[in-house]
Amino acid sequence: MDNIQVSVENLVVEYKTEHGNVQAVNGVNIQVKKGKTLGIVGETGAGKTTTALAVLRLIPNPPGIVKSGKIIVDGEDISGKSEFEMNKIRGGIVSMIFQDPMTSLNPVLTVGDQIAESIGIHQGLSRKEAMKKAEEMLEMVGIPGYRSGEYPHQFSGGMKQRVGIAIALSCNPQLLIADEPTTALDVTIQAQVLQLMKSLRDQYGTSMIMITHDLGIVAEVCDDVAIMYGGRIIEQGTLEDIFKKTKHPYTEGLFNSLPNLANRTEKLKPIRGLMPDPARLPSGCVFHPRCLYAQEICQSRVPQRTDFSDTHMVCCLAYEEGTNIEVKGGGRIV
Amino acid sequence: MAKYIIKRILMLIPVIIGVAFLVFSILSFTPGDPIRIILGEEATPEAIEQLTMELGLDQPLVVQFFRYLVRLAQGDLGRSYITNRPVFGEIMNALPHTIELTIWSVAIGLVIAIPVGVISALKQYSLLDNISMVITLIGAAIPNFWFGLLLMLLFSLTLGLLPSSGVGTPLHMILPALTLGTTNAAIIARMTRSSMLEVIRQDYIRTAKSKGVGRGKIIRKHAFRNASIPIVTVIGLQFGGLLGGAVLTETVFSIPGLGILMVNAIRQMDTPMVLGSIIVFTILFCIINLIVDLLYAFLDPRIKAAYK
Amino acid sequence: MESTYKKKSQIADVWSRFKRNKMALAGLIVLVVMIILAIFADVIADFETEVIRQNIPNRLQTPCAQHWFGTDEFGRDIFARIVHGTRISLQVGVISVGIALIVGGFLGAIAGFYGGAIDNVIMRIMDVFLAVPGMLLAIAIVAALGSSMTNLMVAVGISSMPSYARILRASVLSVKDMEFVEASRAIGAKNMTIIMSHIIPNSLAPVIVQSTLGVAGAILATAALSFIGLGIQPPNPEWGAMLSSGRAFMRDHPHVVLFPGLSIMLTILVLNMIGDGLRDALDPRLK
Repeated sequence: MDNIQVSVENLVVEYKTEHGNVQAVNGVNIQVKKGKTLGIVGETGAGKTTTALAVLRLIPNPPGIVKSGKIIVDGEDISGKSEFEMNKIRGGIVSMIFQDPMTSLNPVLTVGDQIAESIGIHQGLSRKEAMKKAEEMLEMVGIPGYRSGEYPHQFSGGMKQRVGIAIALSCNPQLLIADEPTTALDVTIQAQVLQLMKSLRDQYGTSMIMITHDLGIVAEVCDDVAIMYGGRIIEQGTLEDIFKKTKHPYTEGLFNSLPNLANRTEKLKPIRGLMPDPARLPSGCVFHPRCLYAQEICQSRVPQRTDFSDTHMVCCLAYEEGTNIEVKGGGRIV
Repeated sequence: MAKYIIKRILMLIPVIIGVAFLVFSILSFTPGDPIRIILGEEATPEAIEQLTMELGLDQPLVVQFFRYLVRLAQGDLGRSYITNRPVFGEIMNALPHTIELTIWSVAIGLVIAIPVGVISALKQYSLLDNISMVITLIGAAIPNFWFGLLLMLLFSLTLGLLPSSGVGTPLHMILPALTLGTTNAAIIARMTRSSMLEVIRQDYIRTAKSKGVGRGKIIRKHAFRNASIPIVTVIGLQFGGLLGGAVLTETVFSIPGLGILMVNAIRQMDTPMVLGSIIVFTILFCIINLIVDLLYAFLDPRIKAAYK
Repeated sequence: MESTYKKKSQIADVWSRFKRNKMALAGLIVLVVMIILAIFADVIADFETEVIRQNIPNRLQTPCAQHWFGTDEFGRDIFARIVHGTRISLQVGVISVGIALIVGGFLGAIAGFYGGAIDNVIMRIMDVFLAVPGMLLAIAIVAALGSSMTNLMVAVGISSMPSYARILRASVLSVKDMEFVEASRAIGAKNMTIIMSHIIPNSLAPVIVQSTLGVAGAILATAALSFIGLGIQPPNPEWGAMLSSGRAFMRDHPHVVLFPGLSIMLTILVLNMIGDGLRDALDPRLK
């Protein structure tokens, strides 16, 4: 297991709400290999961000509670660590880039200060040295260093996200978690920011978790992919497993709802229905109300994992013994 | 920034002229003949005529106002009908007491209110939070003149610990400052709590946590500075009430400040004194508002950028 | 048809949210009791014989079964005076807010609706009013007009007028350019119709909240003015006036100042709680 950077084992997270407890994450297992990038794909509300925040133990409590699960960073279980010890991991060993650069930077502190703060904490540099390093980081993400004395409102959205990247990478972390880092940006800026992240990742050999709902991004940056639905991982494998040997009807639905560039007149086939309310998840297989192939058994029986290879697993009753469900499956060339 | 300050100060001039006109017109309805007030009932007709001329009371109201304005620009607020001393001098004697009282009460308010509000927010729904929210709810509703009487009853009349009236030593200021500061403190504490609650939910606080910043530093450096912006707004808004409250507090504790000067002047129909006191109160209020606006710029770079 | 249905369900929504706020609900219950006391004040105690007439042998009695809150320095029953004082306070509070709302609201709505020079002139005048601390403006007006109950209501009303002008102006501006207003203008609705049918309903929420808190402020201002002798005059049983005349006796008879002050505080407290509850119930986004 030496090549595993971070693994999450059987993570269960609940949110307490007015309408009772909501299981946002329900038994998630993921592994990120050293130097590799894992993509977590799913719709809004699937539990992707909650999973990511759990790694840094940043789930807001209240209302969120981690009911069970282990987080193992570089072979060490961090679940029992004190807040003081966690603060050495946060930003130092594992760091995070957030979805909305507009709200993720503190409006009353200079960007230089916000980058230097992290450097000061983890590398024990003096304020002056940290500020100098912060300027270097700004240069590295493509912003002139002299702008370190400016405030976030003086930057555009794309530049703010670059600042976010500079903060996250400033202490050379082993794992970078990027939570939909380009969703809030203009399409043209998205490509630039993604390119920047890729090149910095390769330069530093950082492992990465890329949270996204965009399969295009996954194809571009990820080595492994986990598909999340209703708080569970429903299919997981290498990029090739997922893209070429698609097994789960939901994964198939995700691909079918992409525009086909080869045949532009082809109609999109979106997945029918909506993501279920996490407070009222369906019984049995959580995907069954929207599944094209669902049978009666899908309403009552919870699917277990079926492994196709060392890397590829799926949770769908169609692949279990004693069920009689026809799925088309069989992958798709992108 | 300097340019902005100068602009703001210049903008005060029309407001103060407007206020002078407003209060001048209101007070022109004051019953009673100033000449009789000054000279008494047994004045000779010649004396009455001469004083009427001197004071310009034979002129139309607009002319009277312009004369007043011209003198106001020179810092001359006229003479008291009662003592015949310059109003400006009397006000300047009284003003320091009012300013001292106001500053003390704001200081007491801040020293108590901000920590209470911050702790309440950080321990939301705890026993401490609930207790302090009940106390501040009551504190925000308590009429300050009554609270002053209760404090006086307890600490001076019953326990004999503190003086019940007058000025002179810092001890004299404790009860009045508490009286005037309580409502204020209660409102600031509530605002601090809700503002902190709002801020600690923000994404940038999560970002700071994700960098490994410790809890104390997150509160001091990241949260409080952002939370203080709406708090400063509320403090600014409170000042109007605070100056009004100063009038009452001075009455309760016999502090010879601007408030008592004004209330006595009203009782004696000493119109120049009333007018002068209100104008000085207003100028004070405008200056405080200006200081509050400048504080914003200091706290929030986005506002500073807009002040150009 | 649909819009009346919608309105009804909106009110039901607001009420169900308000109801969930226990503090606000408790405040409302206390306020209703106070209103009932104010209405039936004459049944509880006769104004001439019990509230005004002096009964010196009975003076300064501590609270007992016969005089729940004791008697004052003239031997009058403090409970009876407080009940009648409730009537005065609620009346002054509501009417002065009414004056402020009508005058200020009208000016604000005109300013917002016509914009341009009219807006500028009206709002600059409001700025002048706002530049004087409200209490002092009220003092000046009472000083000039003399201290009667009517003048007091005018004074308190006028001095709190600018905030209503601002609210109405802001809601007019926010509604003015909305599509449904343009649509009704397109079908030939008159300005007045537009104001009555669109703008007023839209500004209702902030006005209700401001008015509730405003009544509290007006009651406090009235008590304060009476306390310094510029408001309602003795022997009228106004709470502030009762405090003012009782303070000379408070050392040995604290009950004389205790109950009138508690009444003011309770009224303000209750109105603040209702106002906060209404704000949360009317606009769930603001919390």
